[in-house]
Amino acid sequence: MTTRGFMGRRPSEEARARLPPGQYLTEDFPVLQFGPTPRIDLDTWRFTIRDGARPVKSWSWAEFEALPRTTWSGDIHCVTTWSKFDTVWEGVSFDDLLAEAGITAPTEFLLAEGYDDYTTNVPVADLIGGKAMVATRYAGEPISPDHGGPARLLVPHLYFWKSAKWVKGLRFTQTDTAGFWELRGYHMYGDPWREQRFTGD
Amino acid sequence: MAITCTATPGASSALPVIEASRPLPWQKARILCITSVASRVKAFRLGVRFDRPAFAGQHVDLRLTAPDGYQARRSYSIASAPDETGTIELMIEHVGDGEVSAFFDAVAEVGDEIELRGPIGGSFVWRPEDGGPILLAGGGSGVVPLLAMLRHRARAAPEVKALLLYSVATGDAVIAREELGGRARDEPGFDLMLTLTRDGGRRVDAALVDDALARLGRPCHAYLCGSNAFVGTVSDLLVDAGVDPAIIRTERFGS
Repeated sequence: MTTRGFMGRRPSEEARARLPPGQYLTEDFPVLQFGPTPRIDLDTWRFTIRDGARPVKSWSWAEFEALPRTTWSGDIHCVTTWSKFDTVWEGVSFDDLLAEAGITAPTEFLLAEGYDDYTTNVPVADLIGGKAMVATRYAGEPISPDHGGPARLLVPHLYFWKSAKWVKGLRFTQTDTAGFWELRGYHMYGDPWREQRFTGD
Repeated sequence: MAITCTATPGASSALPVIEASRPLPWQKARILCITSVASRVKAFRLGVRFDRPAFAGQHVDLRLTAPDGYQARRSYSIASAPDETGTIELMIEHVGDGEVSAFFDAVAEVGDEIELRGPIGGSFVWRPEDGGPILLAGGGSGVVPLLAMLRHRARAAPEVKALLLYSVATGDAVIAREELGGRARDEPGFDLMLTLTRDGGRRVDAALVDDALARLGRPCHAYLCGSNAFVGTVSDLLVDAGVDPAIIRTERFGS
């Protein structure tokens, strides 16, 4: 349906090719979260991999910072329709986390868990092979608290609510289990290129 | 009917879950009425029939389509309380370079149809059964979903205590000023604290937050909406003042 009188402001050809459907390009970095920014002390910060309820491996901040580092540069897409190009992140890849923990993924799904009790579900297949990391730096600096620091999940090929802020661990689940927003109507998978914003999209 | 606080301190179960397991269809909505509610903000009454229950605090996604198929979409909070009228009210602020808000400011007319879908949002919602006291803090046009909560409260649960801390740049930018003033005057359980920040005004600070908490009593739920700077500041002040972070829900715009 054409909207009477709406012409719109088109992004450049280059930007259009990089924008998933329904997204617009922003130069700033909006902040979206369901509650206050949690106060996290690096002295007590831990990152824990669990298989169901059972802890498999846990790192302190100093131990986590000593893990092999990965950088990724590219575009991120928020379900609220902004996209940001050429973001640069550094952290520990999911592959390296599993290797350091001395495990292979015990199930096909997991829930990322945040210090704010946020959760979001991601298939393991979308994390392995260099597709995801637990990031601790953005644009060369420690990630600010508003953007999920000290550590956040980064799964850039999915809508950004999957990249859980203030992540404190990953919990393998037997089934694909809805997280915070997925329980509230957002899509279980969240592929921006297929515009999977809500259930049924 | 006594409505008591149902939140458990420290428990994330204090957050409501509005489940939405069915697809969310796009629908056409006709603009029925346009009114000015502040210097750069217009209210749009739209004819909309939702296929599911709506809750105060939710938003809709709008989609505008150009003749060549180019689309722009944005989310806007619903200002009206959930009701049976088959209409909703949106309040849209004209922001400098916004391609969608510029359309609503300069082009949209009564009788036009736009596409939308909703209601969306299962976290930033207040229902009468959630009880109170409720602390609402809005910055600029962030007051819109809070207005929906106040309108709903007045009709469905007037015994629930509520306080709105509303921070706006200038007096002419205050949204629904007459309505809010009237509610503060006429509704026993509702208290309004308005602060103007420009021209020697005052931003929300620790003393204002303490004052709000003293006037309201310990909140059972807190809803904060506005710019990132506003919401970040107020949520930090509330946590500093001893409010349980688990009862604070936030909605932000901008960077």
